[in-house]
Amino acid sequence: MSASFLPSAVDLARAQFAFTVVWHFLFPSFTIGLASYLAVLEGLWLGTGEARYLDTFRYWLKVFAVVFAMGVVSGLVMSYQFGTNWSVFADRTAPILGPLLGYEVLTAFFLEAGFLGVMLFGLERVGPRLHFAATCLVAGGTLISAFWILSANSWMQTPTGHSLGADGRFMPAEWWGVVFNPSFPYRLAHTVTASYLTTAMIVGAVGAWHLLRDRANPRARLMFSMAMWMAAVVAPAQLVLGDLHGGNSYHHQPAKVAAMEGHFETRRRAPALLLGWPDAEAGEVRGAVGIPGLASLYLTHDLDGEVRGLKDLPRETWPTNLPLVIWSFRVMVGLGILMIALGLTSLWLRSTGRLYGTRWFQRCAVAMGPSGLVAVTAGWVVTEAGRQPFTVYGLLRTADSVSPIAAPAVATSLAAFAVVYFTVFGAGIRYLLHLFNQTPRDHESGPPPGQPIRSAGVTPAPAILPAE
Amino acid sequence: MSLDLTLVWALLIAVAVLLYILMDGFDLGIGILFPVVPGKADRDVMVNTVAPVWDGNETWLILGGGGLFAVFPLAYATLLPALYMPLVVMLLALVFRGVAFEMRFRAGSRAAQAAWDAAFSGGSYAAAFCQGVCLGALVQGVKVEGRAYAGGWWDWLTPFSVVTGLALMVGYGLLGACWLIWKTEGELQIRAYRLARRLGLATLAAIGLVSSVMPLLSATFRDRWLTFPAMALAAPVPLLVGLLAWRFLRALDRREEVAPFLCALGLFGLSYIGLGISLFPMIVPPSVTIWDAATHPSSQLFLLVGTVVLLPLVLAYTAYAYWVFRGKVSAGGGYH
Repeated sequence: MSASFLPSAVDLARAQFAFTVVWHFLFPSFTIGLASYLAVLEGLWLGTGEARYLDTFRYWLKVFAVVFAMGVVSGLVMSYQFGTNWSVFADRTAPILGPLLGYEVLTAFFLEAGFLGVMLFGLERVGPRLHFAATCLVAGGTLISAFWILSANSWMQTPTGHSLGADGRFMPAEWWGVVFNPSFPYRLAHTVTASYLTTAMIVGAVGAWHLLRDRANPRARLMFSMAMWMAAVVAPAQLVLGDLHGGNSYHHQPAKVAAMEGHFETRRRAPALLLGWPDAEAGEVRGAVGIPGLASLYLTHDLDGEVRGLKDLPRETWPTNLPLVIWSFRVMVGLGILMIALGLTSLWLRSTGRLYGTRWFQRCAVAMGPSGLVAVTAGWVVTEAGRQPFTVYGLLRTADSVSPIAAPAVATSLAAFAVVYFTVFGAGIRYLLHLFNQTPRDHESGPPPGQPIRSAGVTPAPAILPAE
Repeated sequence: MSLDLTLVWALLIAVAVLLYILMDGFDLGIGILFPVVPGKADRDVMVNTVAPVWDGNETWLILGGGGLFAVFPLAYATLLPALYMPLVVMLLALVFRGVAFEMRFRAGSRAAQAAWDAAFSGGSYAAAFCQGVCLGALVQGVKVEGRAYAGGWWDWLTPFSVVTGLALMVGYGLLGACWLIWKTEGELQIRAYRLARRLGLATLAAIGLVSSVMPLLSATFRDRWLTFPAMALAAPVPLLVGLLAWRFLRALDRREEVAPFLCALGLFGLSYIGLGISLFPMIVPPSVTIWDAATHPSSQLFLLVGTVVLLPLVLAYTAYAYWVFRGKVSAGGGYH
């Protein structure tokens, strides 16, 4: 074995999975919401015939193409990583997780990829109605994809519907129980809503950015207004969904919730921790600042309710990195509260007719642009780091899941992933920022509608190349 | 149950992998041809011929990986560690290529354009080479003990796997050239005809070389190809390759537009069938059969029920997407 100061193969494999999946999920958490937004915009355009809807649609379609491509290629990496780095996990869980992922490919990935070409390039070839159908199918595909992958992830958190073979392999006993495992409905609702909020924050920030330059731009007004409606309605709803999801986790994964809350002792009137640094060795939170009774209230819906602490649970089931779990949770909740504040403020400004003219508020909206992406990432860190030290909660330990691989091989590939991801996706994100900075124009570039379909041509270049 | 689900699944996965090879083959081939087609306008046309469909093409690779995980987990859990390095390089190459697809049209400067073109082309070369290496390493055999890969990290690297890597690059180049014959016109098409002839002859040479080396690798391959009665089953394959090669060259001479592509696909299909004859029923030669590697019957059935409905649907709308973008792609055409 290598010297103890070097990371082990398990740690490196975990780092590689964390690195690639965090990068990956940035893209779908944006495209799930953006695809639905595009479908709404195109539907509104077909319904009203107003040009601003089509212009805004085309503006965001260019963004969608780039983000989607990055999502596809980074997702491809994920589908192979189970096997390269986690082959024991793959072998043991495949009878359960394999079909779920298989269904994701068959029902979602092909649907998205098949109609993406039509959605991006096909408006003049198939006409507006069929094109709208393609947009809706792509949007539907992103949601179906979320359904299956979250079912798989939820099964790893709250496994049901299986039996455990003598050789350690999980066997399906009852598929309904596998797919609709206890945490799945909550995780699905919470994640899809998070994607919608992520998109709303980005669209709102871009709208605000252009309103700061020209408050009369009808496309900028449209996207800002729609995004702020989303923030006002969906951000508070997300608080409720998050609370339900937390309650579900409290029931099924008590160690995770105790870690999130920083509770070592089981007690009544448990406080909601605001600040503090958990020390697993000492079994206490240093410098704890909290609100008494609040955690009891939201976990048991009773101010006097008893909340289980980590010390009541076997030490070997505690999450391995308590500060990470605690602080990621606080980042997520903090950003969620800011989103609610943004949404409620927008309602107030809208009701007094100042939504498009209040510059300080638009600056706030710009600053909140990446908040959804950060909150989603933090949320996943909470749930995944909170599931440790298991890959399948309570049943298969992370240390027993890894491939028989040597640390140097994982370290080398991790370094290669890091270099390539930062270079390639870095360039992609720089380009996205460039796109966001482009003013949404009248007659936004894109295939012009209503022209005859040419059997052998594509649109002449000047009509479709960006204006600058 | 009278129906052998494992056999059905082996066939389905084999078909999915073949579809991947054929479809992503020609679009990787476009990148492989970049160095011999230097002009920006021509390159734009080349990329435009595949821009609407590459996403779908690559999805078959996800189905290949996901399907293997779903129905032959032991193969997934042993092959992927065995092919760790070429697979990681292939995935990174596809990352480069996929992003370059979107970015090369939007490059602000000449230098950025050149860099993205290099990423697109380099990614295509590396992905094709790595896939060929994986194939070669698989054919040569993977050491499995218990339920885990038991070999070393460089086992995949042999002269044979390097040859199959190069062969697949040449073959994908051929598919790309034939696709261009179909989808373009004028100067670019004439150039594609010339390239298709050279790459076609090189592909045939590669098929011949790999086929003659394979019987030297194992007794099983020798038995299947060189001893009677098994030979009678295998013999039509090389005969059909010869026939298709003749038809292919004639199609080029007569300046046919679709036939060269179909012939090239046929050559790939026949080589693939030849491989199947050599390997069946091994999924991880030399020791793991499809039945050893198969998952729980309930999992096979659960996924099969949906697949029977969904796969024809996928094929239908994939065909529709190709049909929407039928016809020639001409110069001056644009992307978004």
